[in-house]
Amino acid sequence: MVERTPILNFVTHLVLFIGFVLAVAPFVIVAIAASHNLKDVNDVPMPLLPGSDFWLNIKTAWTTADLGPKLLNSFIMAAGVAAGKVIISALTAFSIVYFRYPGRTFIFWLIFVTLMLPLEVRIVPTYAVVANVLSPYQTILDVTGLSWLIEKISGVRIALSFGLLNSYTGLILPLIATATGTFLYRQFFLTVPDELTEAARMDGAGALRFFIDILLPLSRTNMAALGTIMFLWAWNQYLWPLLVTTDQSHATAVTELKQLIPNIGGIPEWNIAMAGTLIVMLPPLIVVVAMQRWFVRGLIATEK
Amino acid sequence: MASITIRDVTKSYAKSQVVHGVDLDIASGDFVVILGPSGCGKSTLLRMIAGLEEISGGEIAIDGTVVNRLEPRERGCAMVFQNYALYPHMSVAQNIGYSLKVAGVPAAERTQRIQAVARILELEPMLDRKPAALSGGQRQRVAMGRAMIREPKVFLFDEPLSNLDAKLRVQMRSEIRKLHRRLNATSVFVTHDQVEAMTLADRLVVMNGGRVEQVGTPGEIYKRPASRFVATFVGAPAMNILEGVVELDGLSLLGDSRRLAIPRVGLPVGAKVAMGIRPEAVRLVAPGSQGALNATVDLVEELGAGRVIYVDLDGAAFSVVTSETVHPAPGETVGLKISPEDMHFFSSETGARLDVFKASVPVPAH
Repeated sequence: MVERTPILNFVTHLVLFIGFVLAVAPFVIVAIAASHNLKDVNDVPMPLLPGSDFWLNIKTAWTTADLGPKLLNSFIMAAGVAAGKVIISALTAFSIVYFRYPGRTFIFWLIFVTLMLPLEVRIVPTYAVVANVLSPYQTILDVTGLSWLIEKISGVRIALSFGLLNSYTGLILPLIATATGTFLYRQFFLTVPDELTEAARMDGAGALRFFIDILLPLSRTNMAALGTIMFLWAWNQYLWPLLVTTDQSHATAVTELKQLIPNIGGIPEWNIAMAGTLIVMLPPLIVVVAMQRWFVRGLIATEK
Repeated sequence: MASITIRDVTKSYAKSQVVHGVDLDIASGDFVVILGPSGCGKSTLLRMIAGLEEISGGEIAIDGTVVNRLEPRERGCAMVFQNYALYPHMSVAQNIGYSLKVAGVPAAERTQRIQAVARILELEPMLDRKPAALSGGQRQRVAMGRAMIREPKVFLFDEPLSNLDAKLRVQMRSEIRKLHRRLNATSVFVTHDQVEAMTLADRLVVMNGGRVEQVGTPGEIYKRPASRFVATFVGAPAMNILEGVVELDGLSLLGDSRRLAIPRVGLPVGAKVAMGIRPEAVRLVAPGSQGALNATVDLVEELGAGRVIYVDLDGAAFSVVTSETVHPAPGETVGLKISPEDMHFFSSETGARLDVFKASVPVPAH
């Protein structure tokens, strides 16, 4: 419905404007705070015009928190999670939509359940598994008495150990294993006409060929949307990287921001903290701007 | 080029059986049209030949090889779908050449064959376009090209013209016919449009309720329908049917005391029959003429070349096609003259044809 009345136009623009201010104001305050020196930023109230120390603060934040390698870590993790999600979700959705096999419903629900158990809920067992990937097998051996038996017979004590702490794999894998993307793909695959599948069969394409040559190119916009969302989500992860990276070398930019936040009793360098925040905010912003066109299309429309 | 042999083929889904024991022989190079109302199992039969549906019972053989267990790609069939099913992200050339790409044909040969097919179908100027930028008729031709390029043994058409507008449909119909003459490949064409069926077919297969009602040339099927269903399904307007009982002095129409002169060969007295007469075979005469039935005109449809007159024959709807210069007005009473030699008879119980004129009407050989 399209209505054109001046009053309604004004009201809708007003609502839009209020929304815009609400969304942008914190960002502006961060940017302004990042441009002041230590004295000005701690004035009450803080001056609302930009100061002159912006680049100095950025430089200080960059070196203090060692943001170069940390941003790289963050980027590797976020890109890894986004790519992993896009691939795994496409494969699982392909299996659920296009194949009829025993236990399909069970697997469908198994995947669905992961939606109800996000990482935060199962963080302790997930941590235990990542700390030693083989610990479930060790437990099985211990509980069944097999390890005791083997020790008695051969004198070898079995202690399976394969840790993923402080590795990119450990950072990325647990974040990939959820179903959000699967359902996005599933909804899209269900709209692909059956005749297309049949035409591909007549053309001699097997299942995998059909998936790669036809289904994936058709889901480009979906992949872009999912990739963008997952990149942002992974970039903003705090709890998991904090737990799994005990060593500085694998810490991510978001967790390292903590280094810049003044301690109680320390120097209140909020200008530096804000400058660091700005830096860390930038990459996701670039990704969103770059992917926006695809992103919106993938979420609202299906290309026919 | 290949022959197709279908032996006692059935198809059942969980609850219902949709194809009941179909037997059919399709000679090499034949253009066979399967005609029937929607839900008669014609598309299912076609898809079983293609390998897109599993065969529940019986056997389908292409060129003597039983294909029941073969994948679609191993059967040597190509199919043209109702909605064309073009890959939206590929250009026309990629669409046409996809099967060759899957088969691992080298790029140079592929391009050459795509060019050759495009030339035949006059698609050359649009090889780089995406399907979305094509008109309905052009998409249809791309779908045909995709089937042709594989040089298949058998062409399968699943109502390929039903999405086109009337004019384009007539045009594509003759193009398909010409193409068949040129390639001379065995073709099976499924449709519910009888005009399409009559004009395209070398041999016509009429199906109803999952069974084959009749197989024959379009002429045979029109002139000697094997059952009441075929008689009323093929031909427009549909054949008129009058129910009656055979008596010594003619056919007494049901619910009516009037008699109709009928040939007396082969029909047992007392049998309940359905008499069929083509609207084209009925002549309009003055009401009350000798041997004519009186009826009231309901509606007159002008066709330009002639007109269809719908009349009410004591409650029974009846249509007459006439090119005569009579202009009966609705409500007027007219006389209908029906010659005994134009009559078809069907059993009231089974609907099967009762042969009356076996001796006098020459039947074209199969």
